[in-house]
Amino acid sequence: MLLSIKDLKVAFRMGKGVVAEAVGRGNSGVSFDIPENSTLALVGESGSGKSVTAMSVLNLLPDNAVRTGAITWQGQNLLTKSLREMQAMRGKEIACVFQDPMSSLNPVFAVGDQLCEPLMKHLGLSARQAWKRAEELLGEVGIPDPTRRMKSYPHEMSGGQQQRVMIAMALACEPKLLIADEPTTALDVTIQRQIIELLGKLKTTHQMSVLFISHDLGLVGEIADHVVVMRHGLIREQGPVARIFADPHDDYTRALLACRPSLDVNPARLMVIDDHISAARAAAAGEATAAEVQAKPKDANAPVVLEVRGLAKSFWLKQGVFGKREFKAVQNVNFKLRRGHTLGVVGESGSGKTTMGLTLLRLHEPTAGEVIFDGKNLLTLSAAERLPMRRRIQVVFQNPYASLNPRFTIGQTLIEPMTIHGIGKDTAEREQRARVLLEKVGLDGRAFGKYPHEFSGGQRQRVAIARCLTLNPEVMVLDEAVSALDVSVQAQVLNLLKDLQDEFGLSYVFISHDLAVVRFISDEVLVMKDGVVVEQASAAEILAAPKQDYTKRLLAAIPRGYRAAA
Amino acid sequence: MSAVLPASTALEDTQQKSEGVWHAAWRRFKADRVGLVSLCIVLAFLLMIILSVTGLIGSKWQDEVGVPNAPPTFIGPKPAAEMGAIQSPKGPNVDLSDVDPLAPRYAEWDEKAKQFATTETVKLETLPLGGDRLGRDVLAKTIKGTEISVFVGVAAALVATFIGTLLGAYGGFFGGKIGDFLEWLYNVFESIPNILLIFAFAAVLGRGVESVVIILALTGWTGMYRQVRAEFIKHGSREYVRSAEAIGASNFSRMFRHILPNVSHVILVRTSLLTVGFIKVEVILSYLGLGVRVDQVSWGTMLAEAQSELILGHWWQLATATLFMAVFVTAFSLMADALRDALDPKLRGLE
Repeated sequence: MLLSIKDLKVAFRMGKGVVAEAVGRGNSGVSFDIPENSTLALVGESGSGKSVTAMSVLNLLPDNAVRTGAITWQGQNLLTKSLREMQAMRGKEIACVFQDPMSSLNPVFAVGDQLCEPLMKHLGLSARQAWKRAEELLGEVGIPDPTRRMKSYPHEMSGGQQQRVMIAMALACEPKLLIADEPTTALDVTIQRQIIELLGKLKTTHQMSVLFISHDLGLVGEIADHVVVMRHGLIREQGPVARIFADPHDDYTRALLACRPSLDVNPARLMVIDDHISAARAAAAGEATAAEVQAKPKDANAPVVLEVRGLAKSFWLKQGVFGKREFKAVQNVNFKLRRGHTLGVVGESGSGKTTMGLTLLRLHEPTAGEVIFDGKNLLTLSAAERLPMRRRIQVVFQNPYASLNPRFTIGQTLIEPMTIHGIGKDTAEREQRARVLLEKVGLDGRAFGKYPHEFSGGQRQRVAIARCLTLNPEVMVLDEAVSALDVSVQAQVLNLLKDLQDEFGLSYVFISHDLAVVRFISDEVLVMKDGVVVEQASAAEILAAPKQDYTKRLLAAIPRGYRAAA
Repeated sequence: MSAVLPASTALEDTQQKSEGVWHAAWRRFKADRVGLVSLCIVLAFLLMIILSVTGLIGSKWQDEVGVPNAPPTFIGPKPAAEMGAIQSPKGPNVDLSDVDPLAPRYAEWDEKAKQFATTETVKLETLPLGGDRLGRDVLAKTIKGTEISVFVGVAAALVATFIGTLLGAYGGFFGGKIGDFLEWLYNVFESIPNILLIFAFAAVLGRGVESVVIILALTGWTGMYRQVRAEFIKHGSREYVRSAEAIGASNFSRMFRHILPNVSHVILVRTSLLTVGFIKVEVILSYLGLGVRVDQVSWGTMLAEAQSELILGHWWQLATATLFMAVFVTAFSLMADALRDALDPKLRGLE
């Protein structure tokens, strides 16, 4: 056994005798083993303690963490090792890859220099040997033209390439165990697929084990040999991947499997964790559960609320001293959005989909085109005419941690837009309305006086949606609105969006890089690449018969869970 | 949607307002012992200044209550100076009344003088913290000086903060032509050596508390401008500001309702640092004779006087003014430091 964790408990001292349990609850701790040459996946939502568990192996936790139990690495107990001994192990025996490659790489050093450091420090290579070895490593992780790339700085590389560099760095000293902490969460689906494949390949060529941490059970199914499912600091279930997927014993595992939108089935609602668990209890008690509702067909002749013709947006890049070069971020986008319908916009990062969404709202000034809303061209309106229009088209941003003002209470956040647009007679009426909307999005009234930092990502996204609803919008632009959320929370928010659409007849422009999510919620799909719409068809059609290679690639990149044949 | 919340629960909910940023900051500040002690010292100074402004203490600083250069009480009075004995004339007394033209009027004058009561004020031999060359109480003088010095520092810092924040907010938020113009202005101010700029303004505006405040504010806003501008650029592209734009919030509202509270901790700390800096600059200005008017007193004028006293060994005025200034400035700096630690959201960890 390479690494064996027995009854591990991790708690954080919060001062004044307060201790927060991060891993393990009460007397029960976390135990699992990682055999040699295998991949073990830790799966769970944020806050489940999966990262803390992994980080406690190398003691990369803050100083106020207290670890109890046993972590045995090839017969030695890691908990009793001194800092110096741990430092000798870090990178050499056990290496780490983190979630955000951009902040893990030092921006002022060239990639090559950063790669050489562990080689010289741990393996004692000379500068020249290290440079040569680093170049080989870059080639091995699939970076084109490694000789040139050695001298590149992190900002000159894309997110996927940066993550490859991080992996190369982790591999530098031939570790026996690689800890990958959500290594693909910050990346597009297509890049995610490449990184997963790379990790699988490296595992066999380097004869190492991988501890893979993720919130996405579907993704894990493609890479892991063993799966450990965690929730609230405890292990809910563990076993070989085939067994977990074929015959999950735990309700929570089953719920996790069900809550990701898949390409094979398209239910009207996604299962969410709590639904699933209560349904399972009901079934156990011998009650019949409600039959799954099939998606009801939408009115194909609903009135068009938003029509876009030839929308384009260019940025001017400086070139040389006086020169300027046009960068076409969005070119010639056309679509019609009917009332109560959803338009999905898919593409990788840099495809111009977000720019397109912001241009619709005129948060970017468009270069050309028309946006017809209620018979008026939004793009030619004056500032005064625009204000009432602002009310009717709203936007939800990707990052719920950044899109709420940290100094406003939830109440202030919700009341502000109503004050601006004069909705409601006075503050009392607005407050009443805000509270009703909070309940509508599934938060209770106590949230009203709280500040955003007291909420989780999913809850904040609900607040952001409630803020849009205060204005009774007709169209909502959802810019990667669920991409930053855990799979299980994502399902809840997607259901909420569907419910709201049914209730208020909202139209959505849903921007995402994940075709499975887009397919779940959309009626029509635009596939964008390099600012151009490459394919435009109904959601079912795109899935059944993609015409473009690019669309096919996007489809192929979606994690499909464990396949016995694969 | 039709269900109306019962009034009682609504009331209950509103009372459950969570701990705000400022509450959390105060909680952290209380845990910082150094910060708390320095806050107490600053508050004590503030109390003294309030009493001084209302005239309860220090209002009689111009009275010459002691003998010139009266030493502090704890040292004791000056030993009586040995007077060189005057040689008494040796010849016989001569009657001058014949030659003195005023002699007949002496009696008349004595009569007139008797109509007025003369009181001989007894000058004190020692004063609590000594006296200056005119015999004024150094303690009262320092209290009055504290009032003026601290007022100058705080007022100048507030005006500089106002100018810097306003310009920084516009420069950072709008950028473009406005930003370029403000950058140009900033560069002009920064390119002139600071002390030269202060002298230039002082020469134009003349002496007086108000001019010192204006001089310091007009030369000291640049640092604040630079920092606020950077913060506004950073926050201007944040999503919460974008969201505010999307719901139709005006530029003004986005700048001062959304962004400003989020950068207020930066401004607050900078203001307190400016206060400390300005107090020191005021001292230098007054020392050089460009500060407050002659009939006013500040720490700087006291130090300027001390220069000539020190040669004669009268050190107490220098010591008192320095002590007050050092204690206040140190306490204020430490308080600002603790304030920054309490307010900096980066130290808040994963919340």
